[in-house]
Amino acid sequence: MHDGPGELSVTVEVNGQLIHGRVEPRLTLADWLRDDCLLTGTHLGCEHGVCGSCTVLLDDRAVRSCLLLCAQADRCSVTTVEGLASGPDELSPVQRAFMECHGLQCGFCTPGFVVSVTAFLAANPAPTDDEIAEALSGNLCRCTGYQGIIAAVRRAAEHMAEARGEVS
Amino acid sequence: MVAGRFVGQSVLRREDPRLVSGHGRYVDDVRVPGMVHAAFVRSHVARARIAALDVAAAERLPGVRAVYTARDLEPLIVGPLGATMYLSAPIPSPVALASGDVRYPGQPVALVLADSRYLAEDACELVRLDYDVATPVMDMETAAESEILVHPERGSNVVSQSRRWDDDLELAIRGAPYVVTRTFRQPRQSHTPMEPHGVVASWDRFDGELRIWCTSQRVHEVRATMGRVTGIPEQRIHVVQRDVGGAFGQKGAMRPEEIAVVLAACKAGVAVKWVEDRHENLVAGGHARSDRIAVTMGLDHEGGIIGAELDHLEDAGAYPSLGSVGGLVAMMFPGAYRMGGVNWSTRAVFTNSCGRAPYRGPWNIESLAREQIMDAAAREMGLDPVELRRRNVIARTDMPFTNASGMTYADIDPAAVLAETLRRFDYPEFLEEQSEQRGGGRRIGVGVSLFVEPTALGTGTMLGTEAAHVKVSLAGKVTVALGTSSHGQSIATTMAQIAADELGVDIEDVSVVDGETDITPIGGGTGGSRSGVIGGGATHRAAGHVRDKVLRVAAELMEAAPEDLETDRGRIQVRGTPTRSVSLAQVAHAAYVDTKLLPAGVEPGLEALVRYSTPAITFANACHICVVEILPSGQVEILRYVVVEDCGAMINPMVVHGQISGGVVQGIGGALYERFCYDEDGNPLTTTFMDYLIPTSTEVPFIEISHLNSPARGPGGYKGVGEGGAIGAVPAVRNAISDALGADVTDGVRPCDLFESTPLAGGSSR
Ligand code: FES
Ligand code: FES
Repeated sequence: MHDGPGELSVTVEVNGQLIHGRVEPRLTLADWLRDDCLLTGTHLGCEHGVCGSCTVLLDDRAVRSCLLLCAQADRCSVTTVEGLASGPDELSPVQRAFMECHGLQCGFCTPGFVVSVTAFLAANPAPTDDEIAEALSGNLCRCTGYQGIIAAVRRAAEHMAEARGEVS
Repeated sequence: MVAGRFVGQSVLRREDPRLVSGHGRYVDDVRVPGMVHAAFVRSHVARARIAALDVAAAERLPGVRAVYTARDLEPLIVGPLGATMYLSAPIPSPVALASGDVRYPGQPVALVLADSRYLAEDACELVRLDYDVATPVMDMETAAESEILVHPERGSNVVSQSRRWDDDLELAIRGAPYVVTRTFRQPRQSHTPMEPHGVVASWDRFDGELRIWCTSQRVHEVRATMGRVTGIPEQRIHVVQRDVGGAFGQKGAMRPEEIAVVLAACKAGVAVKWVEDRHENLVAGGHARSDRIAVTMGLDHEGGIIGAELDHLEDAGAYPSLGSVGGLVAMMFPGAYRMGGVNWSTRAVFTNSCGRAPYRGPWNIESLAREQIMDAAAREMGLDPVELRRRNVIARTDMPFTNASGMTYADIDPAAVLAETLRRFDYPEFLEEQSEQRGGGRRIGVGVSLFVEPTALGTGTMLGTEAAHVKVSLAGKVTVALGTSSHGQSIATTMAQIAADELGVDIEDVSVVDGETDITPIGGGTGGSRSGVIGGGATHRAAGHVRDKVLRVAAELMEAAPEDLETDRGRIQVRGTPTRSVSLAQVAHAAYVDTKLLPAGVEPGLEALVRYSTPAITFANACHICVVEILPSGQVEILRYVVVEDCGAMINPMVVHGQISGGVVQGIGGALYERFCYDEDGNPLTTTFMDYLIPTSTEVPFIEISHLNSPARGPGGYKGVGEGGAIGAVPAVRNAISDALGADVTDGVRPCDLFESTPLAGGSSR
């Protein structure tokens, strides 16, 4: 990256770690995460806000990091797909469910789905099938035909209910 | 075959932990020291002479390393850029950067190298490109007669054509009791893998080594292409790919952009990365479908098919990456039915549009046309469409069966597949319900599609064989190196299942290596529904060779006969006496170290590289039934979707289901949503995901999938399954809409078509 006089400094909590950076005003959050933080799990499938591959949590809300400038995340907390599990050798309940239900083939869309679903289930722990389909409609997958993904959301909700001690 | 501990099971994928946690490695994740970034200046018009191309201002921008035009890269090119497989096809070699004129919108004209992608794109804006714009050829129907030539040096806009015509058959068809004629079209589509194209290349001028990281269906093809284009000896070209974010045919051949980037890396002597953005992918990444077929079918009083005539026309675009599919369309048209004969003429033409690239069942219009005209014929005869199919369908007892175009099928049972689909669906009950609901004013329709799928095509091309290199380590662990690779097909998992069963080891003890030219056998990659059949066959055979040797050595070590031994979980034991056993590690020790223990005539080492070649085509077969409702808003809602697939033995049913589901939804997209459009002047109109619609979770039904198993003859009995979903879904959906409306749907319909006009913008062809 070229240093320009117009650079801004930002401080963002990324996956629980405070990161300071100097960025061009036009740098997107997605590019900053991928290129400066080396968190390449956040993918770019369209860069115009439709496919959802770039979804991250910004202060716990699912957002499209291709449509945000890095500077807009200043003093916010960002969680990427790499930051969802409780430990380096763990998978989060949603990640585990995607694996169990064949919710992915090429895996390119998967980080976006996993992050979106994580936010969705936090807000709606026991969704109906229609709510699931609706919640996923902002993420595109070209491989799976969504069958495994929809099953994975149901399974993740079960995992999470079990973890809360509810009988599923 | 031994009943498998792993083969036939829905083993969870070993690819998944890294992919679900964000640790996959796609081409855009590759970083090489000193790497710079590329962006392209592209033509905004379909056809023009380049009047001026001035890169000086772009070169002066700080952070820009170089700006290259055709003049800079052409001296590096010593061979044709097209895919190896199609070098002898009547198609022009793609050009890396346009020189003199441009022939399709989005054609790359110049390439900028800069310290960041942002700067590279800034610099592209500073390149001055002036054209003398000319009228393009955009209409495939008139292209052959047009005075305007897409490639003037070829003297014609016809790519290729074929014809087989029997006048007596024509008379018989035309004089038949029922003669049905329709013209069917399918829209131009984009494959839209979620990961677009991209490449990273680095040229080490001192060692003379070219390193390429790519996203491709076939790494060995990338090496072959770049060796041919640059003249760099192939053994000095090292191609690597890890995860690939989908392809569906679009990544089978290198794009001109990717080749230009590799050439730029060679010229600049630095590592270069380029990743296509979505706009570039939609406009210039390779297109598909965009063909039409006129069909006339003659039937006798009982509904027997006397014969059919086909006239197929295919829009190849300016630089197609494959030859015409017309031949295969004609050969597969009879599908699962007996017919008296088929007359055909096919033609592919150039237009000033993005070139055609193979897409999941590139010949699919044969199934669309056949299954739709069967329904149209049934309606004209007052017969149930299912009954018409029953009267003509072939069965297992007909095998081997040569269809009316001359293609010989084996090992399929379409009659059983049709019957099983109808049973699962409960067709009679549906018909009752439908008539009730129609009485209540609802527009509900059902569509059936039955088809035969040619899988693992390719004897006589680079796709005819595949090899596996199976090695047992000193510790008794297994590595399988494959020439094919995955772009979502779960090859690392499925091939480990096969090798583990053949060798009698735990699946955790098998690793699969692919996607790297230096350490894998030459292979054709994944495409054409071939990796399960040919890669699976190779893995079987190679692991089988190693197993035979393991048994011979173990027999010697235990003073037993090889026939009396069995393998289980990494141990080789005397059948019925598990206490008499040796471990695979002990056998490996004898094979590599204590070689005096080997039986006479047995070579040291415990590995095998076996190349497997399939029969010409392995046939699979499936039937889809779809129920739709046309809502008052014009929206098409899919109420039910049933698939019965006969893809032979399944290595991993979960993976097979995934392939079918993904294909069906792509087919639904083709029937209902996807249409890449140009205006008359050749300006692309659908250049974002806001305009080019692919299905989302709210448009897809629950897909009910079940299986029959007519095994193929190759090892394991596997058949291909990658393409069928996409082939079968288009006619199933279109037939259902036609049934609901009582009018033929002869083109793709988008929500706006049914919304804006009544009953159909696609219209009836009559
Ligand atoms: S990359 Fe952000 S929505 Fe597609
Ligand atoms: S798994 Fe490939 S795009 Fe979703």
